[in-house]
Amino acid sequence: MLSVTNLAVRFQTRRGPVDALKGVNLEVASGEILGVVGESGSGKSVTAYSIMRLLEAGGKVVDGTVRYGGVDLSDPSENQMGNIRGREISMIFQNPRAALNPIRRVGDQIGDVLRRHARATRTTAKAEAIKALEAVRIRDAAARVDAYPFELSGGMCQRVVIALALACDPKLLIMDEPTTGLDITTQKAVMDLVADLIRDRGMSAILITHDLGLASGYCDRIMVMRDGEVVERGTPLSLFTAPDHPYTRRLIDATPRLGARIRELLPVEARTPMPERRVENEPLLEVRNLVKTFPSRSGPVHAVRDVSFTIRKGQTLGLVGESGCGKSTTSSMVVRLLDPTSGQIIFRGEDLAATPASRFARDPRRARIQMVFQDATDSLNPRHTSRQTIAEPLRRLGTGASNDRIAELADLVGLPLPLLDRFPHQLSGGQKARVGIARAIALDPDLLILDEPTAALDVSIQAIVLNLLIDLQARLGISYLFVTHDLNVVRLLCDQVIVMQGGAIVEQGPAEQVMRNPATAYTRSLVAAAPQPPALGDAAQ
Amino acid sequence: MSVTTASPGTFSHIGYVLRGNPVTLLSFVMFAILIIAAVLGPVLVPYDPLASEAANALQPPSWAHWFGTDNLGRDVFSRVVTATRLDLMISISAVTLSLMAGSVLGAVAGYWGGWLDAVLNRVMDTIMAFPLFVLAMGIVAALGNTVENIVYATAVINTPFYARLVRAEVNIRREAGFVHAAKLAGNSDIRVLAMHIFPNALPPMMVQMSLNLGWAILNAAGLSFIGLGVRPPTAEWGIMVAEGANFIVSGEWWLAVFPGLALMFAVFTFNLMGDGLRDIVDPRQRT
Repeated sequence: MLSVTNLAVRFQTRRGPVDALKGVNLEVASGEILGVVGESGSGKSVTAYSIMRLLEAGGKVVDGTVRYGGVDLSDPSENQMGNIRGREISMIFQNPRAALNPIRRVGDQIGDVLRRHARATRTTAKAEAIKALEAVRIRDAAARVDAYPFELSGGMCQRVVIALALACDPKLLIMDEPTTGLDITTQKAVMDLVADLIRDRGMSAILITHDLGLASGYCDRIMVMRDGEVVERGTPLSLFTAPDHPYTRRLIDATPRLGARIRELLPVEARTPMPERRVENEPLLEVRNLVKTFPSRSGPVHAVRDVSFTIRKGQTLGLVGESGCGKSTTSSMVVRLLDPTSGQIIFRGEDLAATPASRFARDPRRARIQMVFQDATDSLNPRHTSRQTIAEPLRRLGTGASNDRIAELADLVGLPLPLLDRFPHQLSGGQKARVGIARAIALDPDLLILDEPTAALDVSIQAIVLNLLIDLQARLGISYLFVTHDLNVVRLLCDQVIVMQGGAIVEQGPAEQVMRNPATAYTRSLVAAAPQPPALGDAAQ
Repeated sequence: MSVTTASPGTFSHIGYVLRGNPVTLLSFVMFAILIIAAVLGPVLVPYDPLASEAANALQPPSWAHWFGTDNLGRDVFSRVVTATRLDLMISISAVTLSLMAGSVLGAVAGYWGGWLDAVLNRVMDTIMAFPLFVLAMGIVAALGNTVENIVYATAVINTPFYARLVRAEVNIRREAGFVHAAKLAGNSDIRVLAMHIFPNALPPMMVQMSLNLGWAILNAAGLSFIGLGVRPPTAEWGIMVAEGANFIVSGEWWLAVFPGLALMFAVFTFNLMGDGLRDIVDPRQRT
């Protein structure tokens, strides 16, 4: 149905031409879902954009052909291509909010597409839009059709985008990381929905993702890309059970999954023995009856309701929940960036909540609690070099920033010394994460809050960062409060886990136990929603 | 994006920006000419800019008097060059003042928000609601007809632009991750604002500043043109254009044209410089 032969794409940049695709071949048969898996920079999105002829200005197809149903897609005029996009081939983009026009009602946006392709007239557009919304199982579609994108949740927006993409019954659907930024239960709901729709309508699809687990759950065939080339292709089972290419093997290893230990995420040659870790009995942090209520026009919002927990010295506590469950608010209060409405934060016997957040910056206890932020890019000052960033806490709260200490920290987190004089935009995602961790441990804190520190990283980098965190904990005896929505990672890293929903704790206990035998329906749904790749060596099944 | 060498120093970065964009290089050369004229002008010029010589009045441009002479026999070239210092001083000090005032007001409003933000915004709106040149005229007329007051008036009418810009830039970064990180590193609110957030607002400020410099020169010349501020016989481009305008009808064009061209040269320089300055203060331009 779709066949891409020897596709090569080159981008013109300030540093000269860059080959984004180096001869990619792929075929999608009718009724098939093809998974394209790769890490950032592998060229998987560029492949999709080239098929749709949506490459940005700097990019050019230098070789190869894209044939769709026998037609060479480089032939049609831009106008004819407009007819093909949407009616024949449709695309779902990464960020559903960005893909929708923020100032127009969702029904109007669907109506536009229908009218553009002569599927509806001005009078029938609204009724057709409601039908399209019902097709993606949006409840109460007749009311939602008049909503603006900002009035809908992320999952709802993605459903609208899917409705848009499917409005004109395309034969081929290209999904570019369709569930990035969605909670895992929402991710599962959205992916199940798309898979059903594709099956019911007999469509073909290409699923572009960095998540091997997700791809293996929904695709008939998977191809793995790296540096603009296809390194391996096969069915999910054959890929997982007998990967041919060493890169595929590394990628599979690095994907957190059931039964894997944290060292097993690393390539075989990098698996050093697990360091000895000591969890002491003495509690380091005790949070008692923490409450945070935000005032709002429609009455008070209870972000955190009566949360209590304890972290022992050297222990890792996982804080799990979906967006809006109050886990970020809780961690902001513990790290003293936000004042609680009521409750106590007892740290080594003293109540930190007694000191307001605005005065805590100059408090001597500030150095004892530090944080690694979710988005490494956002958390580094774009005007500061890595050295300045790491030196900042040493200079403000420590005994001064000596070059020796900075070099020692860089060494601890595995940051090559020449990178110390680079600005954030000159570093890769993994390197930025290391700078953020080096800054956080610069003052030898007792407690480190890790706010989804690997959410924005590729799986292979995530594997390295998680192992780094474990090593640091063993060496420095730090306690971690690990905030995340990724249960597979919690299983790897945490001793204890807390599950939050609607601002309250619904379940807590040892991580292994909560993951294996969840006591509440909510935790069960979270565990079930986490994508599970088939385990290595399952060929017998 | 792999860079094998260490990140370049400030000077090599400036060199890189200048090499990368010929227009920026041109504007910096023009700026250098202006600075030389301002610093060394009075020493370099062939005649005393104030010495009149009645026998030699209203001579057209010649080898002896490149830009001709005016109605009092003063050398126009010497006067145009000497005037550079005064005009640059007025515009640069006015823009510096408004930059500082606007930065402080805008940063405070953008960071703390609330009633402070609301009050400051309304004050800025009020200033911007006036026809700005008329407001400047009013201020000079009220405060007294001196060079300092031209500076103050020009600074007042420029301040809202900086305040608005800084407020917006600070506001979007107030909740950024690196701001929280700076607080965790033990920075008080004021330090976070001054050392971490504000420097990130510099690149767009540079563009605004250089555009404003040109505008401030025009404003100062405009005030002198209508007889406010600098007074004859001081050499100043605005006055020279005003005085020379009377002679254009009788064919002595050089009196007004040369100071006018100097004015144009200065404004042009500053307008061209903006993008280059921004690239220099923005570390993201370094690769």
